[in-house]
Amino acid sequence: MLDQFDIALDPTFAPVDRGRLIAALGEVLPASALVTKTEGMRVYESDGLAAYRGLPAVVALPRDKAEVRAVLKTCARLGVPVVARGAGTGLSGGALPSPGCVLLSLSRMSRILAIDPDARTARVQPGVRNLAISEAAAPYGLFYAPDPSSQLACSIGGNVAENAGGVHCLKYGLTVHNLQAMEIVTLDGEILTLGGEAPDAPGFDLMALMTGSEGLLAVVTEITVRLLPTPSHAQVMLAAFADVRHGGEAVAAIIAAGIIPAGLEMMDRLALTAAEAHTHAGYPTDAAAMLLCELDGDERDIAEELARVAAICETAGATQVRVARDDAERRLFWAGRKGAFPAMGRLAPDYYCIDGTIPRRRLPDVLEAIERLSAEHGLAVANVFHAGDGNLHPLILYDANEDDGIERAEALGGAILELCVAVGGTITGEHGVGREKINQMCGQFAAAEIETFFAIKAAFDPAGLLNPGKAIPTPARCIAHGAMHVHAGKAPFAHLDRF
Amino acid sequence: MGRCTSTPERRPLPTSIVSETGNLTRELAGRVSAASAARTPLRIVGGDTKAFYGRAVDGDPLDVSGHAGVVDYEPSELVITARAGTRIEEIEALLAQRGQRLAFEPPILGPESTLGGVVAAGMAGPRRPFAGAVRDSVLGVTVLDGKGEALRFGGTVFKNVAGFDAFRLMAGGLGCLGVLLEVSLRVAPIPAAELSRSFDLPWRAAQARLTGLMRRPLPLSGGAYDSRRLHLRLSGPAGAVAAAATGLGGEATPAAFWDDLRHRRLGLLRTAPRLWRLSVPRTADLSDLPGPAIRDWAGAEVWLDSDAPAEAIRRLAAQAGGHATLYRGATAGEEVFTPLPPGLLALHRRVKAAFDPAGVFNPGRMYEGL
Repeated sequence: MLDQFDIALDPTFAPVDRGRLIAALGEVLPASALVTKTEGMRVYESDGLAAYRGLPAVVALPRDKAEVRAVLKTCARLGVPVVARGAGTGLSGGALPSPGCVLLSLSRMSRILAIDPDARTARVQPGVRNLAISEAAAPYGLFYAPDPSSQLACSIGGNVAENAGGVHCLKYGLTVHNLQAMEIVTLDGEILTLGGEAPDAPGFDLMALMTGSEGLLAVVTEITVRLLPTPSHAQVMLAAFADVRHGGEAVAAIIAAGIIPAGLEMMDRLALTAAEAHTHAGYPTDAAAMLLCELDGDERDIAEELARVAAICETAGATQVRVARDDAERRLFWAGRKGAFPAMGRLAPDYYCIDGTIPRRRLPDVLEAIERLSAEHGLAVANVFHAGDGNLHPLILYDANEDDGIERAEALGGAILELCVAVGGTITGEHGVGREKINQMCGQFAAAEIETFFAIKAAFDPAGLLNPGKAIPTPARCIAHGAMHVHAGKAPFAHLDRF
Repeated sequence: MGRCTSTPERRPLPTSIVSETGNLTRELAGRVSAASAARTPLRIVGGDTKAFYGRAVDGDPLDVSGHAGVVDYEPSELVITARAGTRIEEIEALLAQRGQRLAFEPPILGPESTLGGVVAAGMAGPRRPFAGAVRDSVLGVTVLDGKGEALRFGGTVFKNVAGFDAFRLMAGGLGCLGVLLEVSLRVAPIPAAELSRSFDLPWRAAQARLTGLMRRPLPLSGGAYDSRRLHLRLSGPAGAVAAAATGLGGEATPAAFWDDLRHRRLGLLRTAPRLWRLSVPRTADLSDLPGPAIRDWAGAEVWLDSDAPAEAIRRLAAQAGGHATLYRGATAGEEVFTPLPPGLLALHRRVKAAFDPAGVFNPGRMYEGL
C-alpha cells in the first residue's frame, strides 16, 4: 500500500527533533492552535481515502494568513515538510500526512469575507464549505457552480487544490473556470495575489497553474470565486437502456446535436440496482444502464430540448424515457444518483472508487474492457459516471477484511486507469493524483514531462517541502514501478502521435 | 432584428486531415536546442499578425507556420486538436461545418493568423465574460521546451487533473515558455439563435443597466458601449433569446458591429495610433477617461485612445482595481504590460526558467528579463 513512504522512492528529508519543532511552532502559534497528542492527531491521519493512514509530527490550526505564514517560515527554516488539508474529504490521499510532517489544517479559516452581487463574486477563506458559498449567494439569486458530491462538507481551499468538478461541470466548468482571484503564501513566507478583480491579470496565468496543484506549490489563504445567476427552471429526464452500449451512443448523439445538458450521468445495472434499494428513487432496475439528463434555462427551451433528447435516446434504443413529474421527483432522481456511493455498502463491505476520464466515443469499448478486467481480477465493478464529460467512476467492490482485499482492489484499479490512458484519456478526472495514483503518473507522462513538473515545483518551493511524495512521482519511483512511459529512452518524438 | 443562425448542413470532414510533419518537428527541435546551447534568442513567429503586440524581441525568427494541419476533430467530443501553425480561419471554417465554434471568439487580425499565435496571445473577443478566456478552452498542448524536447501537458478530455496545468500557462504566455507544436481546444455548439439590441444611453446609465442584467439568468453573449450606445447580444436557444429580446426592447444593432469589435476594426480600435487596453472590474467607476473609448466585456475591457502619460493611465486602471496594457503604439523600450510587484516578477522568472533555462524564447516580449 502506498501509505508507506519509501526512502528509496519518495523525497526524504533529514529528521528534525519533534520537541524542537513543537517548541519552534509554539513560538509563533498559541497553544490552542497546535495538536501534539496522538489521540488528537488521529482525526488527521487520513482523508477520504481512509485505507491510507499516517500520523504527522504535529497538527497546526492557523486562524489567519499571518499564522499560516509563520508556520511555513518555521518549517522552511527547519526543513520540515508541510501537508495542507482542507476538510479532508479528498479521495486520492492528497492530505495523507507524510512522515515527520506538519499537517496544516485550514479549517479554522472558514469565514465568508464578502459577497458582491453586482460583481457576482464571493471572497472567502479557504476553510469555507463549498455549499456554504451557494447558500450565502442564494438570497441574491446567485450560486457557485462547481458541486462535487461532497459539497456539504468539502472546503473551497481543497476544491482549488484539486480543481474539483461535480455533476454540473459539463455546462458550468471546473473550479479553474470559476475563480477570480486568490491569495497565496509561499514556503518562504511571501504573500502574493494571483488573478484579481479585473477579468485578467498581467503576466503568466499562475492562478490557473495553482488550481489543481494539490498543495505542492503554495498555500492558498483567500479565494475570490465567480457566482452565476441561478437558472429559472431545471428539469431532469431518465432513460433506460437494455444495453450499456446504447446508452453510450445516446450520450455522444446528445452532445453532437449541440445540446449541453447541465448534467448527464450514467449508471450501470449493478450501480442503479443498489442505488434504487438505497434511495427508492424509482429507477428501472431491469435496465442494463440508465441515463439522467438535466437541462436548465428557459422553461420553453427546456421542454423543446427534452423532446429532442428523448427522441435521440429512443433512436439509440432506449426502452423507457421518463421526465420527472415535478420538482420533488426531480430531486428524488438526483438523490438516487448522489446516494450511489453509500449504496455500495449493500453489495460489499468496501468499495474502491476509480476516477479516470476517457474520450466519450470510447465509452462502450471501455465499459466492455472493464467488464473483462473485473472477471479476470475476480472483483465486481459497479459503474457510475459523469457521462457527459467521459469521467468514469468504476466502484470496485471488495472486502478489506480479506488478507489481500485492498491490494487486489488496487491492482484492478491500476489496470482500469492504464486502460483510460491507453484510449487517450487520463488517470484522474477530478479526484486528483494525490498519493493514490502516483505510480500511474509514470504511465501518463514521459520522464521529461515529469522533470518539468518538478522544475515548476522548484520555482515555488525550492526545498520541495510542500506535500512531498504526492502528485508527481520521482524518477526512481517510475523506474521501480516498471511502467515508465514508452517514450523514455526511445526516439525523442515517438509520443507526438499519441492522439 | 439581428441575425439568426440556422443549423449548417452536414458535410463530411476532409478524409486526410492529418499530414506528416515529423521532419519539420525535428527541424524546429534542432533549432531550439542549438539556440539554447548558443544562448541565441528566438522570436517565435506564426502568421506574424500580432508582431506589434508586446515589447520588441531581438531574436532569430523561428517560423512555425509550416507546422500545420488538423490532427483530430470529432464533433461529439467537443474537441479539436491541430498543429499550432494551422490557420485559425481554417479551424473556424471546419468547426462551422459541424455547427460548432470556439467559445472565446478570438480576434483574427489577418488571414495568416495561426492557432498557436491565438493561444500564445491569449486574446478573446466580446464573448469572453460569458464563455470564458482562451485558457478556459485549452485542454492540452504539445510544446518544445528550451532543450528542444517535445512535452505534452493536459490532453484531449475536459476533466483532467493529472499533473500541473502547464498547458493553461501557454495561453497568454506570449511564447515565453515554449514553442507550441499542437493544441487541443474545447469547442462549443453554435446556438440556435443570436440577435442584438442597442440603446441610446450615457455610460453611467448603461453600466447600471449592464450590472442589473448580469445578475439575471439571461442568454447574454455580448455587452459593449460605443459612441453613446449600449449594444447587447443574445445567443442561445430560440425561446430564451426571443423572450430576452422582447424584455430588453431597444433597436437592432447591425451584425457587423460584433465582428468589427471582435476583430478590432471598429472605430478607434483601427485608427488610434496609441491604443490602451484597460482590464478592470466591470462595476468600477471609470466614467472620466483621458480620451475617447470603446468598452467591451460588459465594461470590463476598455479600449482607450489617449496620449496621456503612461503612469497616469496605469494609475487610473489600478485605482479601478485593474491594469492597463499599451496594446499598440509603444515607443522603443517602453513598458507594454503593467509592471509586476518584485516578488511576483521573481516568481515569473523562476517559472520561465523551469521551461526555458537558457532564456531563448521571445525574451523580453512580456517583461525585461523574462
